[in-house]
Amino acid sequence: MTNLMACPNCDTLHRRTVLPPRETARCVRCHSVLYRSPDLRLSRVLALTLTCLIVFAIANAFPIVEIEVQGIYTETTLVGAAWALYREGMWLVALLVFATTVLFPLSQLLALIHLITPLALGRRPYAVFHVMRAIEFCRPWGMIEVFMLGVLVSLVKLSAMASVLPGIALWAFGALTMLLATVLSYDLRNLWIVIDRTPDPAVQALQAAKRNAAANGLTDEPPAAPPGASTHGPGTASR
Amino acid sequence: MKYLSAKAAGLVACHVCGRLSREVRTVEKARCPRCGAVLHQRKVDSLTRTWALLIAAAILYIPANVLPMMQTRSLLGNSSDTIMSGVIYFWTSGEYDLAIVVFTASILVPMLKLIALSLLCVTAQRGTRWKPHQRTRLYHMVEFIGRWSMLDVFVVALMVALVNIQSLAVIQAGPGIVAFGSVVVLTMLASMQFDPRLIWDQIRDDDTEQDDHD
Ligand SMILES: [Zn+2]
Ligand SMILES: [Zn+2]
Repeated sequence: MTNLMACPNCDTLHRRTVLPPRETARCVRCHSVLYRSPDLRLSRVLALTLTCLIVFAIANAFPIVEIEVQGIYTETTLVGAAWALYREGMWLVALLVFATTVLFPLSQLLALIHLITPLALGRRPYAVFHVMRAIEFCRPWGMIEVFMLGVLVSLVKLSAMASVLPGIALWAFGALTMLLATVLSYDLRNLWIVIDRTPDPAVQALQAAKRNAAANGLTDEPPAAPPGASTHGPGTASR
Repeated sequence: MKYLSAKAAGLVACHVCGRLSREVRTVEKARCPRCGAVLHQRKVDSLTRTWALLIAAAILYIPANVLPMMQTRSLLGNSSDTIMSGVIYFWTSGEYDLAIVVFTASILVPMLKLIALSLLCVTAQRGTRWKPHQRTRLYHMVEFIGRWSMLDVFVVALMVALVNIQSLAVIQAGPGIVAFGSVVVLTMLASMQFDPRLIWDQIRDDDTEQDDHD
């Protein structure tokens, strides 16, 4: 049953096929994207994710912009912006800003590293299912690119009342926006392919025990056959 | 061409890992054999939850637009900015592209999201067979644009943090920002609760054929 899949948008059954590189499988019925050809060069994805993490640290450690009004300078970091809201009693909004720009993107990057590092080495990551679920959960809530647009809008607003000097973090955020887009465009469902063929020590021991039992004539039931339903191969289209 | 859905074949797709399992009806909740997630044929109470979140968002949409997002105190006097007055400010100072960006992200997108999700809910509830492809595309659009309305919240956060120069000017966040942030979060949650498969559950194969040809 493992090579069958249902379209998440219309529930139509498809048989999963091996796609040539850079191709996308679309649903025959509702035409939404089913999966992309898997990029299984995990070390490349890992390198990108680590770069992202470094740029992320720079973007958070340095001031985004500095403004100057009549000889008085002020500057802020991303966390400083959330903190300013918190001090005003807007803790709910402060939390929202902090979560969407720091917490969720950071957890997503760390979770990816946690998954990909052992997989690239041919081992099964710890708590793999929980981490996969956590990444799926974080995905819509990371808003670095929206924040980047927010910085640009604020710069224009501020330039009316003060002289604005871009900080190091501003450039880091620009780079981070593009890097994150590349990392997050990676279709995580492809990791299931790697996870499935990466041996789980516990399962391996169980299978070995079963094989031994079979060799000794204590055969199990044969595994359940896939349903006799007719299914379609997905339509393919170049990206 | 006949389309066979997983539901019709007696299969359930895991919402976490996508693995298909045979549907079993037991007292206990069935779990995915691969990842252990609880299996559901469709998102549980999808329409009820979407409606609840949508109505809450629609109610908060009013204070989000009426209450000030930002209050400025300076030597020149006090002023408070709503979302719309921010847009008008950009427009009158000649920043037309920014005025359009802020208007789109903060006023148009939340409004369109409310309308689009209501339309999707109503049509799904009635089992309408009308234009399933377009409705699916509309749903994808709602999911894609949802996050961009956070723009104004980030702008206010940065302005508040930066402009706090003693005796020159102080910018404070207004109560509107709480309402506005809630609208964004609620509409995002609403679109996550909606199950796009409901659009297709009522579609017969001959309907799909017709839709493909127009
Ligand atoms: Zn489909
Ligand atoms: Zn699963």
